[in-house]
Amino acid sequence: MPETIKELIELLNVFAMLSLMAVGGGTAVIPQMEHETVAVHHWVTSTQFASIYSLGQLAPGPNMSMVGIIGYHAAGAAGFFLVLFAFYFPACMLTYVVSHIWDSYRDNPWRDAVQRGLAPITIGLMLAGVYAVGKTASFNPDRPLWFNGVTLGFGLAIVLLLFWKRINPAILILACGAIGWYVLR
Amino acid sequence: MPQPIANEPNVAASPPSVGKIFTAFALIGISSFGGGLVAYLRDVVVDREHWLTGEEFLGALEIGQTLPGLNSTNVAIIVGRKLRGPRGAAAAALGLILPGMAVLIVLGLLYVRFHTNPDVAAALAGVAAAAVGLLLQVTLKIGGRSFLRPKDLMFIIPTFLMVGVFHVSLAATLFLLAPIAIWLNRPESLKKKAPAHASDPER
Repeated sequence: MPETIKELIELLNVFAMLSLMAVGGGTAVIPQMEHETVAVHHWVTSTQFASIYSLGQLAPGPNMSMVGIIGYHAAGAAGFFLVLFAFYFPACMLTYVVSHIWDSYRDNPWRDAVQRGLAPITIGLMLAGVYAVGKTASFNPDRPLWFNGVTLGFGLAIVLLLFWKRINPAILILACGAIGWYVLR
Repeated sequence: MPQPIANEPNVAASPPSVGKIFTAFALIGISSFGGGLVAYLRDVVVDREHWLTGEEFLGALEIGQTLPGLNSTNVAIIVGRKLRGPRGAAAAALGLILPGMAVLIVLGLLYVRFHTNPDVAAALAGVAAAAVGLLLQVTLKIGGRSFLRPKDLMFIIPTFLMVGVFHVSLAATLFLLAPIAIWLNRPESLKKKAPAHASDPER
């Protein structure tokens, strides 16, 4: 089916590009990923993106493997595997090749310049990621005020709890899911 | 290949098999619930298997953080390559990714099937709200004092506004801001050669 092939190529384009733009870690591409998958390509809704992102926090291993679910939404099983391949393979290949060359440049002063220069940009991107997911998951104008109070409260409580004590975040997320099931119906 | 150093008897002398690399990384991939993968990696690679010294691991992590991609998979690639070349790198990365992927296939199928159910939707709303808190906490922790340094805010705020609010493409934002940011952090030796920039605001 040519329509499916077209969708798969779009998925490949978007996620391979995101793979190579993930400066300082996977979370840096969340804002761009949300924009591309929701507003540009309509593969998922904003609320679905937030849910899928949070499911990624519940699985073991790299927490960005949830991109596969977006691919599944867009193009079924083929989309699942294609998106995971597109998201992991380019960056992994780049690291393989560059780390090969890098050994001889280990003490090159520019490495430090790149790392320190990109650090604040990564932080800006992570903040944009909080905004991209939070604008539907924490404060959603389509929901009643009490509902937004609860979701904002969950987020703030987690920030405070994690600064206070080292708790496994997966447990906190499950707890909020359980409380949400009671309170947010 | 990591050269065994005389005063580091803990570092393995002969590299492990590809199968052993895959198993070790798959064990991390299945047990690392709740993020913090790099710490899990260090535990296994340095403390349990003695494949790398602590210093070698830090070196791998620095490269992994500087290059694009996920820090954890980048470190896996670098460690795997050091141990067994291309096949070692593939075994390490796949070991790390595949178990979580299997879990996500199950979660994904459940999600697609049940996300319109009101009970599930309520639980998911709670889960998503919590994930935002988690992401914010990590951002604040990694950002730390950067949020108070004008020199860093000079990049944090424009990046946030461009990508987060105005949807300037990530590629454009990086190509516009990264060269300036890297130049401002250029090696000291270059700063001395360029006295015209001696009055730059940074330090």
